[in-house]
Amino acid sequence: MMHLYLEHIVAGVGVTLLIALGSLLIAIVLGLFGAVCKLSDFKLLHLVSDAYSTIVRGVPELVWMLFLFFGAQIWLNQLIGWLNGWMEVDSIDIDPMIAGIVTIGFIYGAYMTETFRGALLAVPAGQREAGLSLGMSRFQVFFRIILPQMVVHALPGFANNWMVLVKSTALVSVLGVSDLMHRASLAKSATGNAFGVYLAVCLVYLAITSVSIWLLRLCEQRFSRGIRKAVSA
Amino acid sequence: MTMIFRKFGLALLLLTGMSLALAQQTLRIGIEGEYPPFNQIDQNGSLVGFDVDITHALCAEMKVQCKFVVQSWNGIIPALLSNKSDLIISSMAITEKRKEMLAFSNPYYFERAIFVAAKKSTLQITPEGLKGKVIGVQGATVFEKMLKEKYPGINVRVYTAVSDHNLDLVSGRIDAVLGSDLVMKPWLSSADAANFEIKGAPFVDVKYMGYGAGIAARKSDTALIAKVNAALEALHKNGQFDAISKKYFKDDISH
Amino acid sequence: MNELISQLQTELPDFFGGSTDTALFSTSDGLILTLLLQLIPMALGLALSIPLAFARNATSVWIAKPVWMYTCLFRGTPMLVQLFLIYYGLAQFDIVKDSSLWDYLRDPYCCALLTFTLNTTAYTMEILAGQLRGIDWREIEAAQSLGMSRWKMNMHIVLPSALRRSLPAYSNEVIMLLHGTSIVSLVTLTDITGVARHIYSDTYNPFEPFMIAGAIYLMLTWLITRIFMKMERRWLAFLKPITANSRAKTQ
Repeated sequence: MMHLYLEHIVAGVGVTLLIALGSLLIAIVLGLFGAVCKLSDFKLLHLVSDAYSTIVRGVPELVWMLFLFFGAQIWLNQLIGWLNGWMEVDSIDIDPMIAGIVTIGFIYGAYMTETFRGALLAVPAGQREAGLSLGMSRFQVFFRIILPQMVVHALPGFANNWMVLVKSTALVSVLGVSDLMHRASLAKSATGNAFGVYLAVCLVYLAITSVSIWLLRLCEQRFSRGIRKAVSA
Repeated sequence: MTMIFRKFGLALLLLTGMSLALAQQTLRIGIEGEYPPFNQIDQNGSLVGFDVDITHALCAEMKVQCKFVVQSWNGIIPALLSNKSDLIISSMAITEKRKEMLAFSNPYYFERAIFVAAKKSTLQITPEGLKGKVIGVQGATVFEKMLKEKYPGINVRVYTAVSDHNLDLVSGRIDAVLGSDLVMKPWLSSADAANFEIKGAPFVDVKYMGYGAGIAARKSDTALIAKVNAALEALHKNGQFDAISKKYFKDDISH
Repeated sequence: MNELISQLQTELPDFFGGSTDTALFSTSDGLILTLLLQLIPMALGLALSIPLAFARNATSVWIAKPVWMYTCLFRGTPMLVQLFLIYYGLAQFDIVKDSSLWDYLRDPYCCALLTFTLNTTAYTMEILAGQLRGIDWREIEAAQSLGMSRWKMNMHIVLPSALRRSLPAYSNEVIMLLHGTSIVSLVTLTDITGVARHIYSDTYNPFEPFMIAGAIYLMLTWLITRIFMKMERRWLAFLKPITANSRAKTQ
């Protein structure tokens, strides 16, 4: 009877990967922004991004997910109530999947902030000075000179964060998203074969992490071109 | 540079996937999806069950489009209150406590509570007999409250879904389960439940279990509830309710 | 504001194993459960990971490969899946139910302890094994030239050095374990998150319970960070950068 549900379970991989990749995008953007803020001269930006990364990393993902998913809807409704005065807006409905993506992206943005901050610090200060002295604007210096050199320093931490992110998508099933874990749990109730179902889920996650490790290794080889290693391979 | 930011901003806005509902043309129905035979998700990912059929019939009667919003049981009322859904048609018992927050339709079926345990177990369904035993129950239900208040001294295990406590009952982790007779009886006739039976007699405690199962809406949506009641009345009159009831249960469960 | 305070007053005791009419810490729910689920696997994990880290770096493939597969499995899959596999999965086999292990495995608390121990052992072992691989070959040579046996060398030179250098990464792992304990609310245990969810399903208000839970976790995380900072200051003092002030202190 399990094989009937197997197809449905494995099709959940698509949803899981979509959530993981969507959150990764948001996390990268928030991480870059947060890292730049943390290293900026403005005390306020420094304070805000410090608070962001400390508080977000100090509370478990499950608690954040439950808080943001249920709490955000209430805030949104209050916003709607306020908007309803001058706009014909009845309700804003947020898809649980979008809510899951935004939540995980928000949480891992804090971890990425730390990773990118360390990586940005590892790029020699002279690079920025050289760029500025050539007349490049600050944006140009950041996106064309600093960022490409930062990537190789950020990769190990980034790889680690990605692994943890992929595994935390398993918690999104608590919010009702029809992802891999949710479908597995339905199959478990229907067939009573919990071991088989969760073994299948394990194998799928192992496949995802193995492919990720391989891809990230390729990335590391590509981005560390031209960098002298301490020990020759 | 600004083009990239603009495109990115647009993409982000689209990503938030907000759908602005301008009027109540599509009713969002909150449903659990893990409560067979009332509502469950089959292997193709589609919702089936008594509540699902009733919903389709009611929506046809009320001439509105209905969309299901699947939510786990402990989040189904908050989802309604925070406007994620408009109605809950998921076998929700009408209790005084819930009536403070929600508006209910007329009851559409009645259920009774039963204890289920192993055939060879000698469980006595009295507060003294159950003292110290491990009883499983679904969380955020009337059964959980009843168990905790009527039978103090019981080791209560709270589960997210009915199938979870059934699994643990079969594996012997818990001594008994308290649940609805309309849900546990079909399970008892399945192969997994061969060694289990009902202990004691089915009972109703109005203080905890309320007055049957109803369709819930936000307290201010009285017009919607009136429409639902009218549609429910029509379903009874034209025999559709009877047909659906007999499809899943042997007779009409609205009495 | 008064309403908020009175609500907090009713909800707060639940997080510490009591309630409005019972004493705090009268049950082992809430904070106590979270701490137990963190400290016991941490201690066991650390103890187990030391021999396993050596095994991971063993030259014999028969020892190293199985250990590698164990780490791959436990680091490559979510902790939630591991928990469900052990809690629901093992319970369906009759061999498990008939064995003497069943007395332990039927309790969700033991299942959670087992899962967390296996998980944290895998991560700690990887950290330690990485540091063991990074030991300077000159230290090994010096130890060998002094005539130290393998055991003596590992006990006095290699292990202390590796353990010290693992401190930063290990502090991360301890915090991850703390956060990981929040999933036990999905297998009928009431830890801090479980209490928060229970209050939420009762009152339909997500803000207070989850904010209290978040604040408690934040305090615990801060505590762990401080403890590890103190440990690093003491045991990794030799890695601190030399500044003008540090020179002055030694003289």
